Amino acid sequence: MSTDEITPGRYLHLRSNLQELAKHTLEDARKDFAPNVKSGDFVVAGKNFGMGSSREQAPLVIKLLGVRAILAESFARIFYRNSINIGLPAIVCKTKSIEEGDELELRLRDGIVSNLTRKIELEFPRMSPTMEAIMNEGGLIAYVEKHGDLLLA
Amino acid sequence: MVGKTLAEKLIGWHTASGTASAGEVVIVKVDYTFSHDAAGPLLINQLERLKTIKTEATEWTNNTVFFVDHAVPAPTKEIANDQLLLRSFAMSNGIALSDAGNGICHQVLAEEYASPGELIVGTDSHTCTAGGLCAFATGMGATDIAVAMKLRKTWLRVPESFKLVIEGHLPRGVYAKDLILKALSILGTDGATYKALEFHGRVVEEMEVAGRLTLANMAVEAGAKTGLVRSDEKTRKYLRELGREEKWREIKADEDAVYEREIVIDATELEPQVSIPGSPDKARPVSSVKGTKVDEVFIGSCTNTRIEDMRVVGQIFKGREKARGLKLIVTPSSRRVYTQCLDEGIIKILIEVGATITPPGCGVCFGALGGIPADNEVIFSSSNRNFPGRTGNPKAQTFLGSPATAAATAINGYISDPREFL
Repeated sequence: MSTDEITPGRYLHLRSNLQELAKHTLEDARKDFAPNVKSGDFVVAGKNFGMGSSREQAPLVIKLLGVRAILAESFARIFYRNSINIGLPAIVCKTKSIEEGDELELRLRDGIVSNLTRKIELEFPRMSPTMEAIMNEGGLIAYVEKHGDLLLA
Repeated sequence: MVGKTLAEKLIGWHTASGTASAGEVVIVKVDYTFSHDAAGPLLINQLERLKTIKTEATEWTNNTVFFVDHAVPAPTKEIANDQLLLRSFAMSNGIALSDAGNGICHQVLAEEYASPGELIVGTDSHTCTAGGLCAFATGMGATDIAVAMKLRKTWLRVPESFKLVIEGHLPRGVYAKDLILKALSILGTDGATYKALEFHGRVVEEMEVAGRLTLANMAVEAGAKTGLVRSDEKTRKYLRELGREEKWREIKADEDAVYEREIVIDATELEPQVSIPGSPDKARPVSSVKGTKVDEVFIGSCTNTRIEDMRVVGQIFKGREKARGLKLIVTPSSRRVYTQCLDEGIIKILIEVGATITPPGCGVCFGALGGIPADNEVIFSSSNRNFPGRTGNPKAQTFLGSPATAAATAINGYISDPREFL
């Protein structure tokens, strides 16, 4: 899934109105996504989620819609970095066994996704120390404000 | 000590310790930060949230540029307001402003700012284009760039490098764009995630910087952090022609540098390549898609439309007219290129072939203005992405190819082999 599909370029004029832009999230791929996603939901994806453009609006609108984390087989690198920077956990794990509607419990510190519906436990690798440090503060701005600088974890 | 790749050298020179190795996470000093109208407002918002950073750290003259390029001229009042915000901020804060019509950020950067050995970050995934000039350049989001602007540093994981060796010679009608599309078909859109793509081989050594910029530009489509080419006499010549020869230095990877993967492509037998709709890595030889009816042709974007591309396009278009009913949009990548086209008579050729020439900027590639295809139309583009909806209409299909292939296609009204025109 490319960032062109998450936040299409034809909505450039909505970039300073993120609430409005969020209504069009993933619109071409799944028209029912934005109207039906609920606060606390997870987005579960396959490979290379967020490929293409570096638009930070892509993870931002997903977060604005109340999504608490994105789980994917793999992420494109700029999207991944942007997601962590805005405090939206991006979790790399084997998502094939997860079906839409499954209830999931995400234990960030333990590195476990529990599929409560299917009774399957998935492990995921720890983030790099730098990413973890940024995530722990809730994002890069909060991290830099707190430390006054970029430090290596 | 083990030899270093270009990525390791370039990053190493910007660390406190002076060296870097693949896999390490390092803090690097940033030479240039930049942004544009599609990310600027978010960037400015994030800058304003970074209140505690001392003002001495925010001296932006000579190291920061803002570009108005993604929607030029502004097609809606909201976009005009976003551009005004960017423009005002730049002018109030000593930030260089490349305003509407001056050109696409990556082209203007290559012409006026980027130099071999530098470390550049910007709010655009095609920032890697400057790797054609042997700068370590990578794209990030608005938040990262806001922090980089304030602190003049960022953190990076030093990438492993893939060595792409292009052997043989480029046949007539086959260009850098065809090479990179071929490479993408081998790598896939996630085949080089987090890596640096280093381009080697006789073809690259003999290639002018214009072609090298094209190669580096699409490295990101394979998921790479950047694309890189050595800095040599070709680089020196490019800088000399732009009056920036004093910025040249020779930079090569060490003979014993370690690469994670090596891919060899023999250019000699290569056909012009065309990526079929859906993803830029779906490249095929033009012969396999020849004859596909096309409704619109776009010749533009940061991937191509340098003067070298425009000369080939001019050669194919000269004395001809575009296919009846086909929309042809040509967008020079910068004011400088536009002027060169004018001086060389190419603008007249474009007008006579029936092209609509639009102001230097991202234009059709980004899908926000001017040249959006209609439902179920097929557009052939010299740009870098053909994901669904990319050009502004999710019901249109986009093929990608070189400017030459695009030009041949515009004449016939169906996907065509440029070699038949050259």
